Amino acid sequence: MFVQPPKGVRSRLIAVTVDGEEVLIPEGSSAALAAMQASPTGTRRSPATGQARAPYCMMGACFECLLEIDGVPSLQGCLIVVRPGMTICRPQGAREIPDA
Amino acid sequence: MSNSADVVVVGAGLHGCSAALQLALRGQKTVVLERRHIGRHSSGINAGGVRTLGRDFAEVELSVRGMRLWHGIRDLVGDDCGFAACGQIKVAESQEELAQLEARAAESFARGFTHERLIGRDELRRRVPALAPHCVGGLTVDDDGAADPYRTAIAFARRAVARGVEIREDSAVLGLDRKGERWRVDTSNGPVYAPIVVNAAGAWAAKVAAMAGDTVPLRTRASMMIVTERLPRFVDPVIGATGRPLSFKQTTAGTVLIGGGQQGRADLDTEQSFVEVQRLARSALTAVELFPVMSHVRMVRSWCGIEAETPDRLPVIGPSRKRQGLLHLFGFSGHGFQLGPICGVAIADLITQGKTALPIRDLGIERFASLPSLDPCALAGPL
Amino acid sequence: MHDLVIIGAGPAGMAAAMEARSLGLDVVVLDEQAQPGGQIYRAVETAQQRGGTLELGQDYRAGLELIAAFRACGARYLPGHQVWQVERDGAVYASDGRQTRMFQGRRILICVGAVERPVPIPGWTLPGVMSVGAAQIIQKTTGYQPGEGIWIGGSGPLAFYYAATVISAGGRIAGFLDTTPSGTLSVARAKWRSLASGWRDALKGLGYIARMRRGVDRYVKGVERIEALGQDRIEAIRWHVGGRWHESPARGLLLHEGVIPHTHMTVSLGCAHHWDEQQQCFRPTTDACGQTDQDTILVAGDCAGIAGAQAAQCRGRLAAQGAARALGRIEQAEFDKRFATTRAALQGHEALRPFLDAMYRPSAHLQAPDDDVLVCRCEGISARMIRDAVEIGARGPNQAKAYTRCGMGPCQGRMCGLTVTTTIAQAAGISPQTVGGFRIRPPLKPLSLGELASLARTGQAE
Repeated sequence: MFVQPPKGVRSRLIAVTVDGEEVLIPEGSSAALAAMQASPTGTRRSPATGQARAPYCMMGACFECLLEIDGVPSLQGCLIVVRPGMTICRPQGAREIPDA
Repeated sequence: MSNSADVVVVGAGLHGCSAALQLALRGQKTVVLERRHIGRHSSGINAGGVRTLGRDFAEVELSVRGMRLWHGIRDLVGDDCGFAACGQIKVAESQEELAQLEARAAESFARGFTHERLIGRDELRRRVPALAPHCVGGLTVDDDGAADPYRTAIAFARRAVARGVEIREDSAVLGLDRKGERWRVDTSNGPVYAPIVVNAAGAWAAKVAAMAGDTVPLRTRASMMIVTERLPRFVDPVIGATGRPLSFKQTTAGTVLIGGGQQGRADLDTEQSFVEVQRLARSALTAVELFPVMSHVRMVRSWCGIEAETPDRLPVIGPSRKRQGLLHLFGFSGHGFQLGPICGVAIADLITQGKTALPIRDLGIERFASLPSLDPCALAGPL
Repeated sequence: MHDLVIIGAGPAGMAAAMEARSLGLDVVVLDEQAQPGGQIYRAVETAQQRGGTLELGQDYRAGLELIAAFRACGARYLPGHQVWQVERDGAVYASDGRQTRMFQGRRILICVGAVERPVPIPGWTLPGVMSVGAAQIIQKTTGYQPGEGIWIGGSGPLAFYYAATVISAGGRIAGFLDTTPSGTLSVARAKWRSLASGWRDALKGLGYIARMRRGVDRYVKGVERIEALGQDRIEAIRWHVGGRWHESPARGLLLHEGVIPHTHMTVSLGCAHHWDEQQQCFRPTTDACGQTDQDTILVAGDCAGIAGAQAAQCRGRLAAQGAARALGRIEQAEFDKRFATTRAALQGHEALRPFLDAMYRPSAHLQAPDDDVLVCRCEGISARMIRDAVEIGARGPNQAKAYTRCGMGPCQGRMCGLTVTTTIAQAAGISPQTVGGFRIRPPLKPLSLGELASLARTGQAE
């Protein structure tokens, strides 16, 4: 949905994984943007309705960007800046309970 | 909108609406006066536990008999109120606590009650696999459960209205003045006249009683609750603890409700309540220590309502000692939801028959007075 | 114990911190982002390092100077801290993602800015539909611009400004569906004073609009309705103008209908709020220094009322002056001088506001959406379900919440609260002021039980 501009300064790209697949994303991106660019048909399913959802506000208000980041579930991906090697996983419906 | 009735009920919470419904079923013209809206305070925000387990013996029999109404709630109010008989378990975290539960079970049995039974570690693990391994057993009632508190209050209100009760919202009671055989109830929308007034005003019951010249001992409570994000189903029964406050249940939506009685702050005059996070943290700690899987689960919201309790933490159900034609129905914080349906019956009995067969003998206001008591089950004065 | 705890490091918070420091107050500033700047100056420091600030304009670059001055002012600045509870006695609880810390202030200044007005249209929950603000955040943090087939639908300065900056950067906008209500001339006549005294800002705005109109692939004026269509992502859009529907394939839709104060924190504190008829939203009721009706709580910036970044800085300074006075840390003469200067500057920056508010009023169908439109995204509650709740007696959002679960999801009503209020107001025939908003409770942002539990073990104030 978003791309490098045709002219002007281009951002340095770094590599993260989204659901195990490597994704190249500009430095300064949020984890939410990485997940969104990697999956155009949604980054999660609404636990209430089952509909496909994706980040809407990118500023911490809409909570559509809930992701598992580096093993910690249910984080707002738009408030987390990517680092090289970050592992991002999309949730499916209501989150899983980790084993006791 | 009429200005006279057989009975005026003050407060459209669950207890007020339940009483009004029972009165209407017996042909009493009833008006319920509510300062805000139905279920605004306690009734809208409590933990929703439908529990006979672990009660003070003064109210066990009432609660057990009330359970029959819960199992037929759809017939009573036309809605299942979200009631699920998923069971309740009071967990022992140590051998000492288990011994306490054993002693409780023995006393309960000696008094003729058979609803509670002890369970050991194996059954506990099987029924609640997510429970921390240090838990050694528990006391359970198999067909206790939980329901949706606001939905229940609304269901009782709707059925009451369908049976002819008038519920007036935005109608604050400003004064109570008895002349001869009837009360003049002054409200923000004009007076209503009735020979009988039922004080079901929750945390404001003392203020309402004072308007009538009666004094009742009441302390405001603001028990805090936490609700989490939605989770896949992992616990069925409602869980309580023995040595510390806890109420832990998973709703049909998948969220987990954590309560138990840590206190926030409530202001009776502004009707505002505030969560105190330092104390709320203790609820979270208890939940996490009993259910370690909850540590990374996110809480979405916390709240506390405005409730009230009496000095012995038992309700007051029955006639005023000081004023004729006034009945009390309050003091339910922490244990009132399940009693809602049956207490309505008790109040309606007292009003229409002058007595009730229901076991409310130990729950009258006179237990707080130093003067000799009247027969608690006889109404003072004619209807 | 600090003199002043400031929540939010946008223009208001930064200006307040600097002013308070100049008066010798001990200040701590908490902000959830990794860098200062709020939304307007978001990531401007890293954007400069990347060399990508030029196309975003002078206003954005001006943030650099402000941020540098803020960093140097001696306030204790804690980025990456999400405040999840504020209490009236001055306690502030903030999480850094792993653990919670408590701060104690004699005064608390809330500068949490604005959120976008919700735009509940059919299909607004589809992947590929976002707010213009979201796209702008992406632009500022990464330099990325919209790709193929991305449309903008809405109106208001931010939408025009964003489109203009995309064009300047050589990006493409497939189409701009302008929902500005018709009647610009009559608004201009009615608000001529505002237009006249705010002419500089007005001219700037006209410049953005012109650049946008020259550069977008397609521009449609006077659009009444917009819908997003698709299954698991947006595939097409429709819009209604000139008495008929038009349709186009689309790969993205950016919506914007203005911004509104982010009032969660002030509502949770029980501060008095009032309905602002001009801006069609709730805002906290304050005096000229941002003092609320709760002694320890002040507010500044867009969260007190929408007026933009320059006005936010003035309000931040006024709040710092007010806090200093309340704490007995400023002489009356000094206060009077600073107050007068800052007030005069504020009036200048707020000059165009009445015109903008009148020009870009939200349309009725956004305030009372059609039955099938989702109002509460988190819980999937439609406008019809809200109206049904009104029919069975709900006369406010908290009752509607108890009936329908609207507002019970993780966003805690940020995306739906205003719409729930205005939908109930229309259905019940009562004013938004009377209807009120959701009761807000902690945590203001979701917090893990483990992190809350850790407070029971430590609970020491900083």
